[in-house]
Amino acid sequence: MKAAMSRLPYDEMRLEDGTVRPHYQPFATWLAQTPAARIAQKREEAERAFHRLGITFAVYGEDSGTERLIPFDIVPRIIPASEWTMLERGLKQRVQALNAFLHDIYHDQKILAAGRVPAERVLGNSQYRIEMQGIKVPGNIYAHIAGVDLVRAGEGEWYVLEDNLRVPSGVSYMLENRRMMMRLLPELFAAQSIRPVQHYPDMLLKNLHAVSPAGEDAPTVAVLTPGAYNSAYFEHAFLAQQMGVELVEGQDLFVQNDTVFMHTTRGAQRVHVIYRRVDDDFLDPRAFRPDSMIGVPGLFAAYRAGRVTLANAIGTGVADDKSIYPYVPDMVRFYLGEEPVLNNVPTWQLARPADRDHVLAHLDELVVKEVHGAGGYGMLVGPASTAAERAVFRERILAAPETYIAQPTLALSTCPTFVESGLAPRHIDLRPYVLSGMTVNLCPGGLTRVALREGSLVVNSSQGGGTKDTWVVES
Amino acid sequence: MLCRVANELFWMARHIERAENIARMLDVTYRTSLMPYQVTEPGLAWAEPWSVPLITTGLATEYYERNAALSAEAVLKFLILDAANPSSVYCCLRAARESARSVRGAITSEMYEDLNAAWLEMRRYDYDTVQQMGVSNFLEWVKMRSHLFRGVTFGTMLRDEAYHFIRLGTHLERADNTARILDVKYHLLLPSSADVGGAVDYYQWAAVLQSVSGFESYRKIYSDVITPRRVAELLILRDDMPRSLHCCINFIHETIEHMGDGRTRELERSSGQLHAQLHYGRTEDIIELGLHEYLMDFLQRISRLGDEISRVFLVPSY
Repeated sequence: MKAAMSRLPYDEMRLEDGTVRPHYQPFATWLAQTPAARIAQKREEAERAFHRLGITFAVYGEDSGTERLIPFDIVPRIIPASEWTMLERGLKQRVQALNAFLHDIYHDQKILAAGRVPAERVLGNSQYRIEMQGIKVPGNIYAHIAGVDLVRAGEGEWYVLEDNLRVPSGVSYMLENRRMMMRLLPELFAAQSIRPVQHYPDMLLKNLHAVSPAGEDAPTVAVLTPGAYNSAYFEHAFLAQQMGVELVEGQDLFVQNDTVFMHTTRGAQRVHVIYRRVDDDFLDPRAFRPDSMIGVPGLFAAYRAGRVTLANAIGTGVADDKSIYPYVPDMVRFYLGEEPVLNNVPTWQLARPADRDHVLAHLDELVVKEVHGAGGYGMLVGPASTAAERAVFRERILAAPETYIAQPTLALSTCPTFVESGLAPRHIDLRPYVLSGMTVNLCPGGLTRVALREGSLVVNSSQGGGTKDTWVVES
Repeated sequence: MLCRVANELFWMARHIERAENIARMLDVTYRTSLMPYQVTEPGLAWAEPWSVPLITTGLATEYYERNAALSAEAVLKFLILDAANPSSVYCCLRAARESARSVRGAITSEMYEDLNAAWLEMRRYDYDTVQQMGVSNFLEWVKMRSHLFRGVTFGTMLRDEAYHFIRLGTHLERADNTARILDVKYHLLLPSSADVGGAVDYYQWAAVLQSVSGFESYRKIYSDVITPRRVAELLILRDDMPRSLHCCINFIHETIEHMGDGRTRELERSSGQLHAQLHYGRTEDIIELGLHEYLMDFLQRISRLGDEISRVFLVPSY
């Protein structure tokens, strides 16, 4: 692990001797030939356009209604098609296994009986929804939309960082970033074959149709949002518009005889499939948190009765929990009888005494994460931490070891990025969106997030991360 | 279409139209205020021009709660920039943009971008920047943003229910505004009936016409001096004058008939009745009844029509 740290991070654009990798050649040429002033102008143009388009996210903890842009960088992240083929195969395999796992733990629990995943990890998990046991969902699909976070640590060396199976967001940035790049740099799209991503909403709609309740061949789909003040509201509205379906809030829906309807100007209209961007807890005040103001009373009963499909299903959080993560490669073997294509990051579970001793002795080298944490909150990046921060984490770990895991500090690959001082390497990750319906499919690429602070490994937008367009190019 | 969405669209359109109307009123007021209004001959005093937009909008009470005296600066600040006055241009644009944001899937991206750009620009203005660019230029900017948005809507939007609710909102607000502007003349005229037909009267009627872009149309249609009777005819009964009551009601009635179903009978009846009254009305009858009385009755009916639209389409019914 120490060796991995001292190594220079993998640069997506250049080899160690500075030569440009073949798949970056057309871009490098453009970069070399375009005057700095012109590039600066393109960057300003992009920022203005994002503002005007209102592609913003709300920031929690600041004045309510604060809207911010996620910084966009015009240097694309480029993946050669050959490498993408491998990633695509691995992602499909992983999501298939995760869906099989979810179906299993809410029905026969074979994997628990076989002892491949400790039963208490699953059944005792706060994300496990006992209410979901025995409920039949169309196609046995639970995670219709999965956002799998990948990082690269070297040539051909990819790791899955986490599987987001609840309400993964960011896909609108993938689409808008592409639109922006085609507008700013059309010449590059003409010069090489970059796989398109703009059909994502079509794919999503087709998948949602495919999982409608039995016997519905013309289902009505709706996107359920917590409302205009949610941080991802732009995305909810964007996807509803792109799919041509209604964007509904809880107050727009009501349930009668286990059937979900929306209030329309022509009276009540039935809804069959809900792409919900509301967390499990808030979906139905009668079934879950009674104080939820954004849910729909009776929704869970309708869901139980098979009268409405929710995407994603309720109770998927147990499978993307950091305490379950170490077992995903084994799920691939168990359900699919295949060797996993994609690797996990080696993970120490602090509930195990041996792991805990090792981690506490190497806090300055490791990344410690809260099992239920999300968005880069509640995490310690060892090499970048102060002794005081490590002391605080040591206390917290000892107080509740089962709520933490630790991983080696990976040398995440970097991509050249425009920062104040000019072009500089910054760490990146990749979130492809895997869609499951009748089939499992995904758009080439995904969302590349970039940590804009020098040396930072945290790419979350809530922590000052930016985004890049992601190109899969024929090599 | 969702009731909530229809409601937001309806109010988005009303707020943009309201911002434009405030700008129109202020523009005329501003120009009138540049002329001497203290006429020395007895009985020929104008009403102080800056009181007019306050009377028209019905906001005089609110204004005097915050300001001790009438001044151009205070009225402009109150009607353009006051974040606590829901009818200020600032608040109207903010409300319209918030509505658009909450239903952005129901409008075209061009419409949202246009409105968002207007709002982002509005946010940059304060009294100093408005002064710097010139009050008239600023008001012109507001009008142009409204024109632009209407054009984008007309040019990009599917003729579906969403479009119809926008149209209803726009024309209800506009009819309301035109009636109010006409009625103000009644308040101004009363104290000085001696000057009817005089220079003061001319400027006041011309101001009314200008505030609804009707001055040039008047000249074109009548090629004659401005008389109150003709102004009333132009702004109430002519259906080829885009801001007249008749024209607004034509749009409203047509839209309501188009959207009609089993639940809309009463709504169709009220809009049809109002439409018939304007379609078959005569100027003589209006004058005989009294312009003020006529307009008061109209304002009441149009407000009831708005309530009825809300009841039938915009509020969820189980």
